[in-house]
Amino acid sequence: MNFEFTEEQKMIQQAAKDFAERELLHDVIERDEKSEFPAEHIKKLAELGFLGMMTDPKYDGGGMDTISYVLAMEEISKVDSSVAVVMSVCNSLVIWGIETYGNEEQKQKFLRPLASGQKIGAFLLSEPEAGSDATSQRTTAEDKGDHYLLNGTKNWITNANSASTYIVIAQTHPDKKHKGINALIVDKNSPGITLGPHENKMGMRSSDTHSVMFNDVIVPKENRIGEDGFGFPFAMKTLEGGRIGIASQALGIASGAFERALKYSMERKAFGTEIFNHQINAFKLSDMAVKIENGRNLCLKAAWLKDQHLPYGTASAMAKQYCADMAMEVTTEAVQIHGGYGYVKEYHVERLMREAKLTQIYEGTSEVQKIVISRSLLK
Amino acid sequence: MSVLVYTENWDGKFKKLSFELVSYANEIAKKLNTSVVVVSIGNVGEEELKKLSNYGASKILNANNEKLNGLNNQAYTSVLAEAVAKENATVIVFAHNNSGKAIAPRLSVRLKAGLATGVMTLPSSTEPFTITKKIYTSKALANLVIKTPVKIVTLLQNAFGLVEGPASGTIEQFNPELKDSDFKTKVVDVNKVTGKILLSDAEIVVSGGRGMKSGENWGPIEELAVLLGAGTACSRPVSDEGWRPHEEHTGQTGKIIAPNLYFAFGISGAIQHLGGISGAKCIVAVNKDPDAPIFEAADYGIVGDLQKVLPDLISAVKELKAN
Amino acid sequence: MKILICISNVPDTTTKIKFVNNTTFDNAGVQWIINPWDELALTRALDIKDAQPGVIETITVVTVGSQETEPTIRKALAIGADKGIRVNAEPKDTFFVASQLAEIVKKDNYDIVICGIESSDYNGAALGGMLSELLDMPSVSAVSHLDVINGQVQLKREIDGGQETVEAQLPFIGIVQKGIAKEPRIPSMRGIMMAKGKPMEVFEGVGADSFTEFVGFDMPKPKAACKKIDPENVKELVNLLHNEAKVI
Repeated sequence: MNFEFTEEQKMIQQAAKDFAERELLHDVIERDEKSEFPAEHIKKLAELGFLGMMTDPKYDGGGMDTISYVLAMEEISKVDSSVAVVMSVCNSLVIWGIETYGNEEQKQKFLRPLASGQKIGAFLLSEPEAGSDATSQRTTAEDKGDHYLLNGTKNWITNANSASTYIVIAQTHPDKKHKGINALIVDKNSPGITLGPHENKMGMRSSDTHSVMFNDVIVPKENRIGEDGFGFPFAMKTLEGGRIGIASQALGIASGAFERALKYSMERKAFGTEIFNHQINAFKLSDMAVKIENGRNLCLKAAWLKDQHLPYGTASAMAKQYCADMAMEVTTEAVQIHGGYGYVKEYHVERLMREAKLTQIYEGTSEVQKIVISRSLLK
Repeated sequence: MSVLVYTENWDGKFKKLSFELVSYANEIAKKLNTSVVVVSIGNVGEEELKKLSNYGASKILNANNEKLNGLNNQAYTSVLAEAVAKENATVIVFAHNNSGKAIAPRLSVRLKAGLATGVMTLPSSTEPFTITKKIYTSKALANLVIKTPVKIVTLLQNAFGLVEGPASGTIEQFNPELKDSDFKTKVVDVNKVTGKILLSDAEIVVSGGRGMKSGENWGPIEELAVLLGAGTACSRPVSDEGWRPHEEHTGQTGKIIAPNLYFAFGISGAIQHLGGISGAKCIVAVNKDPDAPIFEAADYGIVGDLQKVLPDLISAVKELKAN
Repeated sequence: MKILICISNVPDTTTKIKFVNNTTFDNAGVQWIINPWDELALTRALDIKDAQPGVIETITVVTVGSQETEPTIRKALAIGADKGIRVNAEPKDTFFVASQLAEIVKKDNYDIVICGIESSDYNGAALGGMLSELLDMPSVSAVSHLDVINGQVQLKREIDGGQETVEAQLPFIGIVQKGIAKEPRIPSMRGIMMAKGKPMEVFEGVGADSFTEFVGFDMPKPKAACKKIDPENVKELVNLLHNEAKVI
């Protein structure tokens, strides 16, 4: 066991922190209010290599480990989760999926521009009637010999508009149920793809979320990832890693709110002293600190397992469920410590609280994580 | 023995800073039972030079040579080294400004004389020569001992003030030897802003931060500055955003100033900013955030809206000036 | 052309400064960074190199200090410097450090040596000047603009209320201040990865004098509490500034 970060990990953490404070903080409130996608910010983040930070350098990735990814995700999420979610979807879902299960041709063609950050990706799994229950896919990918014909609707798609490369999960053999599902790499500009309106969300408002409709979209056969029918295990494996990203995001939301609350409690005076000196607040902050530390350890443990090529599905579910629920608690307390100031936008904590809520819902709700965790108990 | 002072001139004129340096040197000279010799480089009239005697200059070495127009680090160092030898100086005083910072370190090496930069007080003892300076950009103080027989100090502006102490002020033409090898740099163009009060000279500084919201809102700050005969400054985010030129950036990595009065409008007071203004005698902060750290550093504070407070302040100052 | 940047390893500028027994800086929990002015110097050198590929052959960074300063050098390498040098010596005073650096400059033919105008720890503002004098090289200080055009260096120097354009013969030492580069760079993933493979040379320090010595540290006296004035009564502020503080 070793709890010491390497020099490189610390440098990445600092780089992410500097980026968040210099490039994201100054207009995060405005972007949230206007629901404005941070295109320029993402471009800069991509130039620094954060979107494909774990990908093998031979495909233009950053070659960093998952621990570094957790640290970077936490720092970015402290300031702006709408940016962090782009980073998570690219790294954990789209890029990891193609790098791990794609063939060499697919890697050369699709992975390279994604890993280098020239293009961004989206992962299309959720449907109007299949959210956390990923087995009941209604979107179909009909086998037409040399191509698939894609039809159906996907919901709540992060990066739907800004991505160039989609990974779409769709049913090819309905009779085979989840064993008939395929994962296809789809060019977003293919004819027959239309987007629903930008979702007017409670939080992470500047992330670009839409529904996506497919109407007779032709996808070449060579864009299928893995063997015929590999789509479901592909999606499940990919989401295992995705959970580390979202867990780290929730962690960052919590620690960002905590840092602000701590600072505020040492500056704000009430009854003749800084409010930190009122024990009720000191204990609140102490509880928040313990929860954050727990959450961080869960994230790092899951990341460590992944880096050691050990099974991490349960660990990542634990991290995701705990951090998401914890972020909700911590941000709520952070708002409370700020009093009235916490309820107005300028102090950031109300936004962090709104962002925390989403981490309990997307990429597998907290309830679904509990299903994953409880099932693992029986093994 | 003597205490030597280098006084810069600005188009043939001295500034308050020049007289402050002489006043300071004079106090050190008293401690050492010796007298003050001033070196002036460049074209300065006799009447102007004579003014230095009011603050304790016994002798003024006037090095007026066309070759010395424009600061040249190596050549100026040679001039001062020759003056030190000639006058047997044991303490040499510079201003802690760009020219002091350019020459003093070179002279330190040339004379093997220990250097204390940015000092703010007289030496607490002359044997050993112990002096206080700010470190960590004013977050702490250090006592520094200079161990060498000859000592060099650079004095922070406004740290000492003016002390009159008339002395003979004999002006002596000084023709130091100038070597061609000292002239490896050349000033080819000078571009000066005129008609504006320089931040480094200003007794009053009016400064704005991110709370001003936009560079277009600087009108009232400039108006107040004109009313008070003040310089204008800003915090780092403001210059980074390009709302104001970077020459106005006051703080740890920008200008360090020590005016009598500093107005901070919409400046939260990050520790880096406070480092640049902690020498100010009086700080007034206006900020809508009652918990902004600037109020910890301020002498007077108003928690309120800049849009309202600034115009009110301008009219109140106008009223005062009218009476 | 070869550029050498002298960098100093300093506590992060937000560090709460504390001393142990008023004699030693308390470095517990301190995060170390490249001195901000030195980092701007490095940024400018990298900008010049990027804008004119091939003109600048190498950018080397050097620091004087123990092994603990190596992460700071590697940060510089991650940002884009080509080579790092560490002089293994505990800094005693600015003259001592300048003496160490002078030996490094003599080892190679650097065309331009750049130092930040001061360091954010001891605010000495003397290193560049001392180094120039030790090497008998021309120096220009308070440089806010530096460019290389057709093998010639173009400089702007800040003076009170303006700027001077200065020409300097090479090799020379530029002592740079704010304005020299807009904002320091953030290392990229690729840069961080490549930093591992870049050369880092370590030289033992040379014997050198120190001219000065810190004998004690202190904290500034706390200021009296801020007097709050009603925003509806701004006249009162003017009154206090005039009659109490006597500053207007």
